[in-house]
Amino acid sequence: MPPKEKKTGLIFFPAFDWAISETHPEREERLLYTQDQVLEEGLLDFANIKEFKPGIATYADINRAHICVPDAQSLTTPSHLISAGGAITAAKKVLTGEVDNAFALVRPPGHHAMLVAHGARGFCNINIEAVMVEYIRHTYGIKKIAIVDTDCHHGDGTQDIYWNDPDVLCISLHQDGRTLYPGTGFSEDFGGPNALGATINIPLPPHTSDEGFLYVLDRVILPILDEFKPEIIINSAGQDNHYSDPITDMRFSAQGYALLNEKLAPHIAVLEGGYSIEKALPYVNVGIILAMAGLDYSHVREPDYNAEKLRQSADITRIIEKEVQNILSLWKRKGKLKAQTVGTNSYVRREKNIYYDTDNITEKQTESVRVCNDCGGLVMINSAADTGKKIFAVILPNRCCPQCRKDGESFFEQISSSLYHHVYFQDREKDIFIVKPRV
Amino acid sequence: MILGIDVGGTHTDAVLVENFELKKKVKVPTDNANIMSSLLSAAQNIIAGENINNIKRIVLSTTISTNAIIQNKIDRVAMVLLAGPGLAPSTLSPGRDAFFISGYINHRGVEVQPVNNDEIGQVSHKLQRENIRQIGIVGKFSTRNPQQEIDVAHILGNDQRQFSLGHRLSGRLNFPRRIATTYLNAAINNIYGNFVNEVKKFVSQVAGDIPVYILKADGGTILIDQSLSCPVQTIHSGPAASIMGLLATAGIKEDAVALDIGGTTTDISVFAAGDPLLEPNGITIHEQKTLIRGLYTKSIGVGGDSSVCIKNGNICIGPQRRGPAAALGGEIPTPTDAMIVLDITALGSKQKAMDALAPLARDINLDIVSVARAILDKTVAIIADNVKQVMDEINNKPVYTIHELLEGKTINPEKLYVVGGPAALAPDIAKLLGYPYKIPEHYEVANALGAALARTTAEITILADTEKRELIISEEGTVMKIPHDFTLEDAISVGKKALRERAAKQGADPTDIVMEVTEAQEFNMIRDFYKTGKNIRAKIQIKPGLISAKKT
Repeated sequence: MPPKEKKTGLIFFPAFDWAISETHPEREERLLYTQDQVLEEGLLDFANIKEFKPGIATYADINRAHICVPDAQSLTTPSHLISAGGAITAAKKVLTGEVDNAFALVRPPGHHAMLVAHGARGFCNINIEAVMVEYIRHTYGIKKIAIVDTDCHHGDGTQDIYWNDPDVLCISLHQDGRTLYPGTGFSEDFGGPNALGATINIPLPPHTSDEGFLYVLDRVILPILDEFKPEIIINSAGQDNHYSDPITDMRFSAQGYALLNEKLAPHIAVLEGGYSIEKALPYVNVGIILAMAGLDYSHVREPDYNAEKLRQSADITRIIEKEVQNILSLWKRKGKLKAQTVGTNSYVRREKNIYYDTDNITEKQTESVRVCNDCGGLVMINSAADTGKKIFAVILPNRCCPQCRKDGESFFEQISSSLYHHVYFQDREKDIFIVKPRV
Repeated sequence: MILGIDVGGTHTDAVLVENFELKKKVKVPTDNANIMSSLLSAAQNIIAGENINNIKRIVLSTTISTNAIIQNKIDRVAMVLLAGPGLAPSTLSPGRDAFFISGYINHRGVEVQPVNNDEIGQVSHKLQRENIRQIGIVGKFSTRNPQQEIDVAHILGNDQRQFSLGHRLSGRLNFPRRIATTYLNAAINNIYGNFVNEVKKFVSQVAGDIPVYILKADGGTILIDQSLSCPVQTIHSGPAASIMGLLATAGIKEDAVALDIGGTTTDISVFAAGDPLLEPNGITIHEQKTLIRGLYTKSIGVGGDSSVCIKNGNICIGPQRRGPAAALGGEIPTPTDAMIVLDITALGSKQKAMDALAPLARDINLDIVSVARAILDKTVAIIADNVKQVMDEINNKPVYTIHELLEGKTINPEKLYVVGGPAALAPDIAKLLGYPYKIPEHYEVANALGAALARTTAEITILADTEKRELIISEEGTVMKIPHDFTLEDAISVGKKALRERAAKQGADPTDIVMEVTEAQEFNMIRDFYKTGKNIRAKIQIKPGLISAKKT
């Protein structure tokens, strides 16, 4: 059966005048050949593909998703505001019904940026998906959202931001953290005490090929999405699982990426990593755009594609099958996990050491979440970075229960700002962001 | 003196221009079955009694190519395509005689798969058997490396066959558009060639050795002999003449919008600081998207003769035209009738206009004058809304650098220029748009004037790759070696030299060439964390405009 054509929005912003540094993978040239391929294929002439100019995100948009230290302004450049703005534009076009789905082909990426951000890590300053998700919830009142992170690196930033949020399902499939940056994302990491099962990690062994990716999609991702029933599905679309990527070790292909997007049918895709700028990105991006638009992608192929050479070994298949069983059994038991995890505690604490590789900053963080059966729970964060910055943050979740709200508001009032450079109050439900300066 | 002739759908106009002033004008009806005869008749009329030796150049704008395409009077064309991976062949529409063959080039211009001589030999047999003589050859990314297209033409070449090669017609990327452009070029090659021969015969008989130019879709002129290799550039010569005519008669210097309100349609064009805007990718003709550089115009289905009716208590205008205005003997009421009723225009029979509006007035319980007013308000509102939409689209065109996005350069019209029969609507449209209007003089022969005074235009696209040590100018088919330290400035200077030569060859006055760099980008190519070279891209153009004395 031929796939059904869909109206697809494309927000293409290659930022041809921005780089982290001259030879950095995140440089001006990154989307150059993708642009060439998209233009040469004439994709923008299809009646059902429409290109839009990205908007520019505001600091208020960022403050809904992040606690930026010292503030959003110091942590971002226009490039970050445009890339997040591009993701927001994609969301607007979909949610106002102008298009069926949209692909924000923008840079720089964002999925390593965590809730508290002292600087840039993994090429990311702000989490463009999270900024978009908060915009969607704030503007359109959408309740349940799923983010499927198909980047080769664990989407640790997105996971961190939604760790305690039962309404945002974060599924990340990635190369095993023991073999790749950022070194996290194991299947036992399953979400905070009030949001168990809303974080799903699927680590895959190096050299996983199309077969393995699609197996995981069919056996884990699609069934869990079916059960979670999100109103919106977002593909955090990294392209570095490609067999030619210079900084990873996987064997995914343009055909595989296209088929994955056809099956996943995301409402919004947002570009993340992917640094094989000549051999992969032009073909992967054309494949994804065609798949999203419901057009024939069967002729999209890398010049050096060789299915035989890329086939995964039987060992890899076995490792993946075992991992899938683990995750599914965890998913089935998720209702019973809370009692075991929480015990009699009324607060659960997480200690984190976070390294910002791009900016060379180290942060020590304590996150406390109130155990709550009515909402995602009040979150409080105490964070100190070796930049000398020390902050405290009180975060009320979306759909916050009265008790968490009451506790949170009173904590924020009581906390002495003399101990910290800044004390932040982020109310995701009422869209309030307050900073108490040092006295 | 310059002789300008515009063969339009209804009239053929000729003008003689001396020292940039209109000296003489002639109008004859166009015989669409024999365009040549209309052209000759207008020419003979206007040169009667003139000293032919004073004519320094002749410029023609003609519908010959457009008509051939729209009336499907075109040759059978075989398309030989080197499509490589990407879009499925089923999504392309290269006509019924298409041959997909092996061989392709990637985005860097590197040959990934060679052509297969046996396969091309088989194609040649089929062409022989079917007696197809017009052949288009198009490769994906051929503008990045034209060699395969050239090789295929070489292998297929014989005395009987004529070839149109994709890379020569435009330097821009877009494979499906390159296919359409090349197909159309091949399809009108013959008919256009015959036309050129006749024109040349006529000119040499009556006037001797005067250079003859043709107006292209981008509002620029080209020597008629030079146009033979790219006849497809001469389609949409009519709309181009009309926009150039506005420049010639109205002296536009600012950001502006121009409306040509005709019987069936209203054409909207846009000027940025007096320069007419070009279509960003290429013009669309007969529903085919091409890479042909052309002036931007948006045609909407509202004009003086649009049919007016009442649907569910609302007045509807167009998009069909069902004959002339009722006042002029038509059967359906039109906006022109409404203008006649309101005494905005004195044309035909006012009584007939009133009679035609009467049933509409009854339908919605208004008197005839009020219904006439309502019809015009609606007409004017549709036109104004479309102008706003056009400006919105133009000003929201995606850009790809932070600098451009933040700078947000926009076009903000300061004046509305209106021509055509119902130009009397100008004040009302201008009021809705919020800027003043002007109705230029001599508009009745503006197209011929525009053609007469248009300058020669040209564009080239440069791609330099210092890793490959190669520079390509697609439109010229140039591939040259460059040193590893070649820079963007070097590329622009090579490009300017090539553009100057191209323009002079196509008929530009070498002392009147103003070039503009429209695109200049330079990327470091980094492989495995080392810089391996630079990828340099530039476009340089001679923009559409009037020959220089008129400018001042």
